[in-house]
Amino acid sequence: MKKLIAILLAVLMTAVPFALSSCGSDDTSGEVEYRAEYTRDYEGTSINVFNWGEYISDGTEGSFNVNKAFENLTGIKVNYITYDSNESMYAKLSAGAVSYDVIIPSDYMIERLISEDMIQPLDFSKLTNYDLIDPQYKNLYFDPDNKYSVPYNVGLVGLIYNTTMVEGTPDSWSIMWDAKYADQILTFNNPRDAFAIAQFLIGVDVNSENKADWDAAAEKLKEQNSVLQARVMDEVFQKMEGGNAAIAPYYAGDYLVMVENNPDLAFVYPKEGTNIFVDSVCVPKNASNYDAAMMYINFLMEPEVALANAEYICYASPNTAVASNPDYSYYEEEILYPDPENLPKTEYFHDIDPEIRSYYEKLWDGVLLAD
Amino acid sequence: MKKTLGNILMGIVYFVLYLPLIVMVFFSFNSGRGTTVFKGFSLKWYAELFSNSDIMVPLRNTLLLAALAAVIATVIGTAAAVYIYYVKSKAWKNTLNTVTNIPMMNPDIVTGVSLMLLFVFVGRLIGAKNSLNFFTLLIAHITFNIPYVILNVLPKLNQTDPHLAEAAQDLGSTPTEAFFKVVLPSIMSGVTSGFMMAFTLSLDDFVISYYTTGATFQTLPLYVFNMVKKPVRPHIYALYSLIFLLVLAVLLFTNISGMKDNKKKKNKSK
Repeated sequence: MKKLIAILLAVLMTAVPFALSSCGSDDTSGEVEYRAEYTRDYEGTSINVFNWGEYISDGTEGSFNVNKAFENLTGIKVNYITYDSNESMYAKLSAGAVSYDVIIPSDYMIERLISEDMIQPLDFSKLTNYDLIDPQYKNLYFDPDNKYSVPYNVGLVGLIYNTTMVEGTPDSWSIMWDAKYADQILTFNNPRDAFAIAQFLIGVDVNSENKADWDAAAEKLKEQNSVLQARVMDEVFQKMEGGNAAIAPYYAGDYLVMVENNPDLAFVYPKEGTNIFVDSVCVPKNASNYDAAMMYINFLMEPEVALANAEYICYASPNTAVASNPDYSYYEEEILYPDPENLPKTEYFHDIDPEIRSYYEKLWDGVLLAD
Repeated sequence: MKKTLGNILMGIVYFVLYLPLIVMVFFSFNSGRGTTVFKGFSLKWYAELFSNSDIMVPLRNTLLLAALAAVIATVIGTAAAVYIYYVKSKAWKNTLNTVTNIPMMNPDIVTGVSLMLLFVFVGRLIGAKNSLNFFTLLIAHITFNIPYVILNVLPKLNQTDPHLAEAAQDLGSTPTEAFFKVVLPSIMSGVTSGFMMAFTLSLDDFVISYYTTGATFQTLPLYVFNMVKKPVRPHIYALYSLIFLLVLAVLLFTNISGMKDNKKKKNKSK
């Protein structure tokens, strides 16, 4: 009998969020004015949006809830789910078992998806907000004719360091090999980003198709093992904010979040050059609700929506309406929107030949084992 | 002397075991957003949870899935256990027991991938555009839950007198009545513990869900895992603190009532 009460408790646990979600406020609609016109022609249909985790303004801490606002505006239900990397998104997509309507891969992944005929051209006649996109992010290498993608976020990798622990102002990736800071240095825990740093430093192409170039970079990485504290991804926030490490490479936008918690941190774009990425919105070949997807993509480019996303994600927005808005928290923020003249050379990652890819992955294993 | 040493050791073990949970609960009350600097006490992340946040969608999905999967798995698993119990042939019984154990021994990743392949294959056969969806996820969860239910119910059955059901039928009840009025009540504690186990397993499954979920339904563990690029937001700590609290309450409750039941039984046998 009393065990029944335990079951009842479990049922109660299940019921609570249902009750809560039904009385959740929908105060995100209303006030906002939109540039484009949105019909309710697709009311009752749904779209499947597949995006990076934590990559949209979702209503937390009083922010604008993009998906809910779109649902209220158009009556289209948004099934929003997330992935952790371009590769796992690609795996899900290429299995062909599920139909997604909107995906947001990075540059090199878009190049691969186009070459494998997995995404379809967008109908730009319906994307009336496309003129807001900064021309410098149009016609990029992966989509030279602007047929398949609309830029969503732009980011740059740079060097974050703790001014109380590092002497002077570093300007080179070479500080990540400096024995003076042994056990104070962090690096990326994924091969492509970690290799890129070594490649910039020794001056070889990050997209090299030559195995010897990768060998050289791997040798450089092995030299770094003795001074490294750890290879990290999001753990970098804790370590840098807590002063547990002195030097780490990470994304410019994320540095701005870290410095709020630890004002001793500083940021620099090393002189050897750095990686730039663009994440763009695409529509897979097997999408089920193409027209609603166009409406959603156009909605993402709305000045208010793009602003909310830029504030939430903290990466640079390719939307001119955001960058020119004086109310934007990062308005004229030099780290996020650097003057191209002060910036060292920037390189996009390209989709690398599978043979070279498996070759450098093997080298990466070697680097890890040499630890 | 030996006893105090033992107690100290036990203390250390439990401290280490529960330390991560304590840290998480502690930082869920942080007014800042990091986990390194405690900026002051605040309930704002709890308020955040219950206001406008999209976190409720994956939470609701997870609980719905766990409850449905646990209920269905409990029904199927109990039925299977009863069948295994009444099987006469020793060899057949052993075979059934082994077959039950294999899915439990199997690494999750093997179960996940093979289920996904099966679903995709069947989906292609019937020409579905979304061959992975909520139902495939549900089927997957029921599948990995069933062995645990059987494993909880079977020992209870073995403890009961095999002639109970026959006696009930002799006294005029139909086989169905005999099962529901005599057999089921005597194995009820096994059924509930099987249910609770299935529920908690579903609640935190990651690997199998990762492979079998579709484009419209994401569970909480998947949602949290995908936050790798950015720091986990403190309202997630608040959410997991609440889940931990509820699980603790359920466990305490079942254990305390279990202790009372045992006392009663002891008194009776006296």
